[in-house]
Amino acid sequence: MPSTRDLRRRIRSVKGTQQLTKAMKMVAAAKLRRAQQRIVQARPYSATLARVLASLAARTEHTHPLLRPSKGETAWLVVVTSDKGLCGAFNSNLLREASVLLQSGRWESVEIVAVGRKAVDHFRKRGYAVVHAETEMMSHLTAQDGPKLADEFIRSYTSGQVGSVWLMYNRFLSLIRHERVLARLLPVEPPAEPDLAEPNVDYIYEPDAKTLLAELLPRHVQIQVQTALYDSAAAEQAARMTAMDAATKNAHDMIKHLTLVYNRTRQAAITKELIEIVSGAQALEE
Amino acid sequence: MRDHLRLEVVTQTRRVLEVEAEEVQLPGTLGALGVLPGHTPLLTTLGIGELMYRSDHRESYLALQWGFAEVLPDRVTVLASIAEMPEEIDVATAERERDEAEVALKTAGAMEVKMITARLQMALTRIKVAERRNS
Repeated sequence: MPSTRDLRRRIRSVKGTQQLTKAMKMVAAAKLRRAQQRIVQARPYSATLARVLASLAARTEHTHPLLRPSKGETAWLVVVTSDKGLCGAFNSNLLREASVLLQSGRWESVEIVAVGRKAVDHFRKRGYAVVHAETEMMSHLTAQDGPKLADEFIRSYTSGQVGSVWLMYNRFLSLIRHERVLARLLPVEPPAEPDLAEPNVDYIYEPDAKTLLAELLPRHVQIQVQTALYDSAAAEQAARMTAMDAATKNAHDMIKHLTLVYNRTRQAAITKELIEIVSGAQALEE
Repeated sequence: MRDHLRLEVVTQTRRVLEVEAEEVQLPGTLGALGVLPGHTPLLTTLGIGELMYRSDHRESYLALQWGFAEVLPDRVTVLASIAEMPEEIDVATAERERDEAEVALKTAGAMEVKMITARLQMALTRIKVAERRNS
């Protein structure tokens, strides 16, 4: 049986941990609110752009390098995780799925673009070809990060260095839910327009359809990457909040249990001492 | 025929505006264009300039920089890199920007002229739009 001093020490230590997890939960909650706002505000633009692009692609026979298959052989898999840990199974689930995907032989030749320190470490350690690594981006995400990455993908794609680019990330759904997403970024799949009310309407294009496609498509790719980053950032904070909340609760349960054991031990010790004193006194009387 | 257009202006970071308008004027790259309800479907790129919309017989303005507009008979959707309402514009900053650009333009090489002209144009647009608020 542990001594009361050991128990006191353990209770103190668990209390310290609880304070820490509680603070981390608060921080995650505050960051989540910001991240959530960003993703919510970014969605109208990406949705509208996708709709415009869909109607343009559906109505024009023009094509564009980003719509055509490239001559490149290699596929790029862009995996977006977090830089920091302590967010439950957020990263490990995504990375496990990525590993399964990589071993499935879906692509003959594949290289990794790792965004987030966790992804970088994971793939480097397992000896995958990491062509591009971002270890700081997810901690200080700005509106320029997505376009910067996207431009690099577009350059590599149009130069024929890569044949396709795939995005893998956690999409933010709600506080307690995020889903893993695998989406093809390049060549661009024109998003399907759900309700093509006037399919035969002929647009007037200014300056012309080709120029418009050339302007819209890169923008569309940029926005997709940026949205994926925003989504992942929001989902990360949500996952951390949930994980830290659970940890705080666990710490609470543990303290309760330890306190119980401590009290019992203390009482047992007192009782033992009393018995000793009483029996000692009795022995003297006799 | 409907007599209203649904005007929607969004940027990458927010939805700036969503109103019913009777008329919209857009700063197209090939020149300004006015849109009334029932307009032929049109897709156009936008340059730097002011967007005007008339709603309830009152004209309002926005400062726009680059983007696209989709015009349909009953709605206009604008996607812009920058879209600012008059009350959001800081005139002092815009004026400083204009002066800086004017100075820079005098010494600029051929490569930079385009960029600085765009900056100057945006600053001028901002000032113009901000002044509309007071008139």
